[in-house]
Amino acid sequence: MVKSGTLILHTAARILMPLQLLFSVFLLLRGHDEPGGGFIAGLVAAGAFTLYLFAFGVSATREVLRMVDPRDLIGMGLLLGMISVFPAWFVDQPFLTAQWWTIPGVDFYASTPLIFDIGVYLAVLGSVLAMVMTLMEVDKDEP
Amino acid sequence: MEPVMAVAVGLLYAAAIFLMLRRSIVKLVIGLMLLSNAANLLIFTTAGMTRGAPPLIPEGLAAPLGPVADPLPQAVVLTAIVIAFGVLAFAVVLIRRAYEIVKADDLDKMKETDT
Amino acid sequence: MMQLAVLSGFVLAAFAPLLHRWFGGRASFVLAAFPAALALWFLGQVPTVMRGEVLFLELDWVPSLGMSLSFVIDGLALLFALLITVIGTFVLIYAGGYLKGHRDLVRFHIVILAFMVSMLGLVLADGLLTLFVFWELTSITSYLLIGFSHADIEARKSARQGLFVTFAGGLALMAGLVLLGNASGSWSLAEISAGGIDLREHDLYLPMLLCLLLAAFTKSAQFPFHFWLPNAMAAPTPVSAYLHSATMVKAGIYLLARLHPSLGGTEAWVGILSVVGALTMFTGAFLAIRHTNIKKMLAYSTVMALGTLTMLLGIGTEGALITFVTFLLAHSLYKGALFMVAGILDHETGTKDITAMGGLRPLMPVTAVVAVIAALSLAGAPPLFGFIAKEMMFEAALDAQTFGWLVLLLAFVSAFLTIAVAAIIALRPFFGERRATPRVAHEAPLSMLLGPACLAALSLLLGVVPVIAGMGVLTAAASAVMGEPVTVYLSLWHGINLPLVMSIVTLALGYLLFKRWDRVRAHLARLDPVMARGPEAGYEAFMHWITVVSEWQTRILQNGYMRNYILVMVLVLIALLGNSLLLRHPLEIAFELDVRFHEVVVVAMMVLGALFAAVARSRLSAVVSVGIMGFSIALTFILFSAPDLGITQLLVETLTVILLVLVLFRLPRFASLSTPLERVRDVLVAGSVGVLVTLLILTAWGIDQFVPISEYMIENSVPLAHGRNIVNVILVDYRSLDTLGEIFVLALAAIGVIAMLKLRAPVKPAKPTAQEKESSHG
Repeated sequence: MVKSGTLILHTAARILMPLQLLFSVFLLLRGHDEPGGGFIAGLVAAGAFTLYLFAFGVSATREVLRMVDPRDLIGMGLLLGMISVFPAWFVDQPFLTAQWWTIPGVDFYASTPLIFDIGVYLAVLGSVLAMVMTLMEVDKDEP
Repeated sequence: MEPVMAVAVGLLYAAAIFLMLRRSIVKLVIGLMLLSNAANLLIFTTAGMTRGAPPLIPEGLAAPLGPVADPLPQAVVLTAIVIAFGVLAFAVVLIRRAYEIVKADDLDKMKETDT
Repeated sequence: MMQLAVLSGFVLAAFAPLLHRWFGGRASFVLAAFPAALALWFLGQVPTVMRGEVLFLELDWVPSLGMSLSFVIDGLALLFALLITVIGTFVLIYAGGYLKGHRDLVRFHIVILAFMVSMLGLVLADGLLTLFVFWELTSITSYLLIGFSHADIEARKSARQGLFVTFAGGLALMAGLVLLGNASGSWSLAEISAGGIDLREHDLYLPMLLCLLLAAFTKSAQFPFHFWLPNAMAAPTPVSAYLHSATMVKAGIYLLARLHPSLGGTEAWVGILSVVGALTMFTGAFLAIRHTNIKKMLAYSTVMALGTLTMLLGIGTEGALITFVTFLLAHSLYKGALFMVAGILDHETGTKDITAMGGLRPLMPVTAVVAVIAALSLAGAPPLFGFIAKEMMFEAALDAQTFGWLVLLLAFVSAFLTIAVAAIIALRPFFGERRATPRVAHEAPLSMLLGPACLAALSLLLGVVPVIAGMGVLTAAASAVMGEPVTVYLSLWHGINLPLVMSIVTLALGYLLFKRWDRVRAHLARLDPVMARGPEAGYEAFMHWITVVSEWQTRILQNGYMRNYILVMVLVLIALLGNSLLLRHPLEIAFELDVRFHEVVVVAMMVLGALFAAVARSRLSAVVSVGIMGFSIALTFILFSAPDLGITQLLVETLTVILLVLVLFRLPRFASLSTPLERVRDVLVAGSVGVLVTLLILTAWGIDQFVPISEYMIENSVPLAHGRNIVNVILVDYRSLDTLGEIFVLALAAIGVIAMLKLRAPVKPAKPTAQEKESSHG
């Protein structure tokens, strides 16, 4: 159904994908202060991969993803989300209470909400990608 | 603006329900899409609509300068949008599989094949 | 930390398979170390508790719900905890022999450990809700244990029956505990029994009492719920020895005893408990005589004992309560031993029918001795502990004020019936002429003899030297049930008095009945048609009725037509919404029109997109229309101060188009399948929903009843949460638990999609396979 595309699509996908991924990370990290965050960044990243999928097909995209299966991304995302639950426990606060740690020298806060947001990012990216890739694979099998 | 939106959301609901009452399975999917959007807008509108005051705090301040739009419904709707996408994907694939097996585009006929 | 030690049993249960890999068949003995260690700890607490102190171990669980994992160890809890752990140890060792080589031994260990922990939690819990949680856990685990032989249809049926009956009680328990908690204003058992408010005067006393009694009666198999207990004998014997002698069935009794200081002593309490208890006692003893299956006889005699305990709690005098704890201990010891003996007989001879056994004494001398000692205690013959308990029971029954004559009569009749049962169990299999059994009997292995022998020895020891028990835990336990300190003094010889005379008469009558048992049974068999109409038939009828009703409502509601389902839901929505919007209050509509041209254009595009999608004749035009609508919504979000929403909507809209491209065009074309009349109906229905939603927004928008919680979120976003995008702060900080749930939903949807697409039969058969059909149901 979806034919691997034309020269323009190829070139565009090749250049745009890294840029989009970079942008998604940017959106993720600034999400606590400006519009953005895990959901949006995850969708942008999923969009980046989907563009690549349309240009080069599933197997090429799997190569780009290397060892990482989208399903693993879902798992990692949920795991990070769960991990951010526990630090509060060790300092005797209710579960999920946000914890903040300053990294000396850098003007950046490491925190459980950040870990959580990264978890959301990975879960959203993984879920969307898994759905789209599975659909395309099945499409290829039965034309 | 809310009265206008109220009418618009009402129309969206009507269109969604009308589509979901069809027997054609594809129309059911489209109706589902309309319904989730309509529900999001319902929450968004009921909370009150504010122009040009996003719930962001300027850098260096501890609180927004003036009144801002209510952030809570926005947060609720944001996740709802993403989940609606997930559910839509699930529904669409479900219907696709059902269609592959039953080969009927009429929801009434799906009844007879399920034993 | 004791709480964690007890709860570590759950962890141990999880590791049982590993222990099996390491120790093979000997895992039972390794696992028995767990209850044994706990038993030693509890024994160590005896001196403290005997001084009249109450151990209070505090641990928070869900503080915001008032749930704590606090344990209270007073005399009553300690008595139960000791029974659970000591008998638990013996049962685990016994199971190592009884279920040797059974392929599901691992499963047995997992569930019985879980049950043991649940039972301990139940008797030690201080919080009402904690008590409830452990109560239900015992119901679930005992269901798994009764249905242990899952391939056997009778076992499954009995397990289900036990589950339904005890769960019905569980529901009543929850209601009762909630009433109790609200009425007393405390969710801690220790605080409630410490008093303050007199619950007996409370308006809610009667409903509370009835709920709690229903719970206790179902759990402890009181008449008319006694039928599930004998059926539960489908379980393997170690389970029966544990659950149906000392633990699970005594949970209801425990609840009654625990609540006696706060709720007991009223007219309702005394009346209901004495009569139900006495009736149960008689029913159990009478039905025991009718059976020849040794396990069923024991089960009915347990019903009899449970009835006795309830009756004693009902009588409620100091003497009755001392008798209560004494009888409780005596029964647990001899019944545990007898069940294990029954298991040995079944295991060695291959039959449970007592009339098919005889003359086994030379073959299994140790078992015979154990059986005789335990049965003498059951019969209440001197010098065994059961004798003391029975003497005291007669005394208490003579004291009974309410329905005194009935209680006394039933106690007397039950006693001599029980003596006959004891004689049958102890004498029939071992004496008389040898009978051929399906298996050639041998003496049981040591692991199976240890438990019953120890328990029987205890029965004898406590009978000869009752001071040990009297001065030990029983005083503390009786004080806890009474609510004030009492002194227990037990002795074998009370002098010649009415109870002694009654004992002698019952012994004589019991012996007569034993001699004529076969003939009596034949006479009783004529009662079978009447018996078939007992409470169990009522249970069956009730279950049947439930099935009939659910079939009927399924046919009406689940008729298989999608649009009917939706129509019903929508009509209900219209009715509810219309009722509260139009009829309950005068309609107040806030109407303030403040519009800008470009906004109206965007909204108009949105509406047009939706309406076009509704009437589109092709899939493509529908998808395009929906797309237009989606992008207009994104614009609306951005225009009205929701940048995050706008971006999200935009991205999702893009992905939706991709999704539809991939899937929708593999679906059939649009078809027009409805008649014009149906369409008119649907337009009317859909239109009414639309109008109601519009009215809802117009009404709700103007209302400002509460200070929105978002005020707090806005104020603290920077100071507390270090974030300037308040929407994101809500998502990942304030309400992160919700978000966590939401990403799980998303992940599930993705996994569902993968499963539906990837998991299918490798070769497509001509007819769809069951699995594929299933995936098409959804």
